[in-house]
Amino acid sequence: MERYYQPEIETMPRDQLRALQDERLVKQVRHVWDNVPYYRAKMEEKGVTPDDIKGVADLHKLPFVTKADLRDAYPYGLMGKPKSECVRIHSTSGTTGKRVMAFYTQHDVDLWEDCCARALTAAGATKEDVCQVAYGYGLFTGGAGLHGGSHKVGCLTIPISSGNTERQIGFMQDLSSTILCCTPSYAAYLGETMKEMGLGPDDIPLKAGIFGAEAWSEEMRQDIQKTLGIKAYDIYGLTELSGPGVSFECSAQQGMHINEDHFIAEIIDPDTGEVLPDGSKGELVFTSLTKEAFPLLRYRTRDICQLNYEPCSCGRTHVRMAKPMGRSDDMLIIRGVNVFPSQIETVLLNNGYAANYQIIVDRVNHTDTLEVRVEMTPEMFTDNLGEIDKRQKQLVDGLRSMLGLSAKVKLVAPKSIVRSEGKAVRIIDNRKI
Amino acid sequence: MSVKQISVFLENKPGELNALTGVLADHNIDMRAMSLSETNEFGIARIIVDRPLDTATLLKDAGYVCTVTSVLAVDIPHVPGGLNQVLNILSDAEINLEYGYAFLGGRKDSAYMVFRVADNAAATAVLRSKGIRVAEEGELESL
Repeated sequence: MERYYQPEIETMPRDQLRALQDERLVKQVRHVWDNVPYYRAKMEEKGVTPDDIKGVADLHKLPFVTKADLRDAYPYGLMGKPKSECVRIHSTSGTTGKRVMAFYTQHDVDLWEDCCARALTAAGATKEDVCQVAYGYGLFTGGAGLHGGSHKVGCLTIPISSGNTERQIGFMQDLSSTILCCTPSYAAYLGETMKEMGLGPDDIPLKAGIFGAEAWSEEMRQDIQKTLGIKAYDIYGLTELSGPGVSFECSAQQGMHINEDHFIAEIIDPDTGEVLPDGSKGELVFTSLTKEAFPLLRYRTRDICQLNYEPCSCGRTHVRMAKPMGRSDDMLIIRGVNVFPSQIETVLLNNGYAANYQIIVDRVNHTDTLEVRVEMTPEMFTDNLGEIDKRQKQLVDGLRSMLGLSAKVKLVAPKSIVRSEGKAVRIIDNRKI
Repeated sequence: MSVKQISVFLENKPGELNALTGVLADHNIDMRAMSLSETNEFGIARIIVDRPLDTATLLKDAGYVCTVTSVLAVDIPHVPGGLNQVLNILSDAEINLEYGYAFLGGRKDSAYMVFRVADNAAATAVLRSKGIRVAEEGELESL
C-alpha cells in the first residue's frame, strides 16, 4: 500500500494540477514584479508584464534567471520579501562569488519541509520510525530539510549530522534507527565501515534511506541496498529553489516525482533557450510557484535531464525526472560540493602558479577524489625540495579554503598537460556514474 | 669559490631522466657529476657539466624548467677520515649543509664533494683557512 504525506495533492488529476499551477504562476509573477526590481527590469527589457502571463502556457515568455544573475544580485537583490519577514538563510559551499545565498520566510520553510515529508513518506516513513539525519547541518540544506521533513512526518528524529561513522553505527544499533538520510557516498561508506566492524545488514533495523546531493548510479544503489539491507531512494533539490525535496523517488524507483504544486519544470535547449517537446533531453529549468522570500522564475539549473509524464505505478500524478545526466556548464559536483574550474584557476594564480592545470576527478570506494595537476614554471621552481614542498602545501591549503574540499596537488613537467587544438583539456572526469 | 650546478625539474616517471640525458648527448654536453633527489611525484636532477650556461639555455629551449645554482666543490683526500675532517671544520663554523654529493673527477688521490650552503664565500674562507682546497671557478668544467 503506497503511502502519501499529502495524498490530495500528490495524486491530484493532472488537469486540476495544471489549473493550480496556472493560478499560482499568475500570482507569483505578480509578486515578483511588485517586489523584485532586478527581475522586473529583466521582464521590462523583454517587454513582458504580469498581464501577459495568464497561465503555464505563457511561461516561455518570461526571461530566465541564471547563476550569473544570482551573482549580480548577491546577496539581497533577488529577495521577494523584506528581511524582517525572513527567518532563515541557506547557502551552497564555495567561497567565491559563485556562492548561492537563499532566503526563507517561515511559510517557505514550512512548504519545503512538506516536500521533504513527502519524500520520507514515499520511502515508507511514519510516526513510528526513528529517522537518523546524517546530512550536514548548517548552511547546507541537506540536514535542515530532512530534519524538518522528519518532524512533519512525526518520526523520532536524530539530528546527528555527518561524520563520526562509528558513532553513527552505534546510534543505529542503540536507538534502532529505521530511516537514514545522508549522501549516497556516505551511505556506502557507512556500509563498508559496518563490514569492517563485523556487522551485517541484519545487525541494524534500518529499512530505508534517502540519499541525495550528489550523483549516484544504479549499481551504487544496488550496492547500498545490499550492504545496509534497505531500500535506497534518491532525492533531488537545489539551494536556489529550497533544498532537497524539489523531487523525490517513490517505491517504483523509476525517476523522481517533481513537486509540481510548488515547482514548474521545463526542458530547454541549453544553446538556444527554446522549450523542447515533452520527453526531450535538455537543460532543466524550474519556476518556483510558492516561494515568497526567494521566488525564482525560470531558473536554469544547468542540469541536463529528461522528464517523464507517463502515469506512475505509485499513484502519484506529478511528473518524474530522470537522474541528471550531466551539466550544460563546466561545474563539477565533487563529494556534494559545487566546484567550478575557475575557482581552481583563481587559487593557482593567487599562489604564483600559471593557469596551466588539469582537474582529475575519480571515484574510489564510492568517494569522489579530486586531483589538480599543475605545470611547474621557472618562477615557482627552486633548487630546494623543501621549498617546493612548502609551496605545494600552500596550494593545497588555498584550494581547501576556496572549495571546502581537500584536493591532491600534483606538480608536472611544463607543457605536459595535453592540449587539443591549442586548447587545454581542463577536466578529466573518470567517475562512472 | 663556487661552481655552477644546473638543477632540473623532472617528473617521477619512467623515461624522464633518459629524456634529459638524451638532450645532453645530442648537444655533446659532458657531465662531470650528477645527483638525483626525489619525492613521490617529482624529482630534481642536479648536474655539473662542461658548459653550464650553454646547457641551461638549451634545456630551457627544450622545455625544461631548470635553474643555475652556485655550489661548493671541495677537495676530499682519499684517506680514511678525509671527509670527516672537512665536516669538522664546517660544523665548528656552524655552517648548515642543504644537500651534498660526491664524485671522483677522474683523479687518483682525491675526490670532490659538492655542498650546497647558504653562503659560499664564507664557507670557502673557513675551509681555506684550515688548508682545505676548494675548487676554483671553471676547474670542474675543464676536467
